[in-house]
Amino acid sequence: MSAAPNDELIESLAAGLRPVRRLASPAVRALIWLGLVGVVAAALATVADLPALARRLAAAPDMWLAVVGSTLTAACAAFAAFELSVPDRRPAWALLAVPPLLLWIGASGLGCLRGWIVPGTHLAPMSEARDCLISIIGLSVPLSAVLFLLLRRAFPLRPGLTAALGGLAVAAAAATLLNFFHPFDAAATDLTVHAVAVGLVVSVSRLAGRRIFPS
Amino acid sequence: MGAAETVTNAGDRRRGALMAAAQAGDATAYRTLLRECVGLVQALACKRGVSPGRVDDVVQETLLSVHRAMQTYDPQRSFTAWLNAIAQRRAIDVLRSDSRRWGRELNLPLAYESFPDAARSDGVLEDTQLGASLRLAIGRLPEAQRQAVERLVIEEKSLAEAAAVTGRREGALKVNLHRALKTLRAMLRGE
Repeated sequence: MSAAPNDELIESLAAGLRPVRRLASPAVRALIWLGLVGVVAAALATVADLPALARRLAAAPDMWLAVVGSTLTAACAAFAAFELSVPDRRPAWALLAVPPLLLWIGASGLGCLRGWIVPGTHLAPMSEARDCLISIIGLSVPLSAVLFLLLRRAFPLRPGLTAALGGLAVAAAAATLLNFFHPFDAAATDLTVHAVAVGLVVSVSRLAGRRIFPS
Repeated sequence: MGAAETVTNAGDRRRGALMAAAQAGDATAYRTLLRECVGLVQALACKRGVSPGRVDDVVQETLLSVHRAMQTYDPQRSFTAWLNAIAQRRAIDVLRSDSRRWGRELNLPLAYESFPDAARSDGVLEDTQLGASLRLAIGRLPEAQRQAVERLVIEEKSLAEAAAVTGRREGALKVNLHRALKTLRAMLRGE
């Protein structure tokens, strides 16, 4: 252990010091992002068929449970991602997103059974399911851009995990917003496409995070 | 609350205040703080089982990380906890890198005896694929980092000689070499 190289490094870092703007707290940045998602939801609500949405949710309890699950997953994953984006937060924050994620997956899984339980349910053909995939990914792009903009000055010590949680927040928010335009009930094809879309968004975010974050 | 804990808390608050001053651009406070960090990080690295020869690597990687992460420090929270989180991560990085290197080196003698490589028998590394990849990666480094690698590693110049040749400060060369090695590791890993 020698002092000289450390001293040289310290001198160099001190010589290059510039004033920095302190990052807003993780909770504040998470609320800003969730507020933006709320604005997008309000904008979509003005053009969506809300009575039809209400009828669909009232007819099938598992559907509104799935909506509650995806909404809470978006909120909890966003809070966890922003908390983990600063060095001194515990990795256990990642677990915050697990209970709502289980609720979302469980309630969506129940939807698969409805085709057999309730005859006459409109099941999504592959063409409509493909539209879901495109919609979730399409909504995820601007939501991801804003999320990573809010995370860009952070310094996560676990960049992959932080970015994956960010991706989960984005995908869950996109899936929630999709309900405004979902013309049919959940079914196995639909659920599979949702899972593929969410998995894709989380994987791409994780890869992007490893490149974007400085650590 | 014991006397030792009171002293620790007072030290933590003082370091937090120094970092808050550094965030505002106070280089003197920053220098004082980083000097204090050296001892704290050395102690943590030793406790985590980092070999004595690698403790300074943990210290320097941690100081560079502190520099890049300083905007994330919240003066309402413990500075020591913030620093320890970064230092622990950098210690784990060094331990993992050592473990990978030892794994390779343990197998190397057997591999060498079993599969002698004619291209390397004259000691020329340039024709190997690794040599070519490394040269390519060095060529893709930013100018300042490339100069540091070429002068300090390839030409084996001293810091003073390299500073004279490049016209850069010794400290800047040192920082650039650190950054270059980090970038090269990432490039060669394909990240």
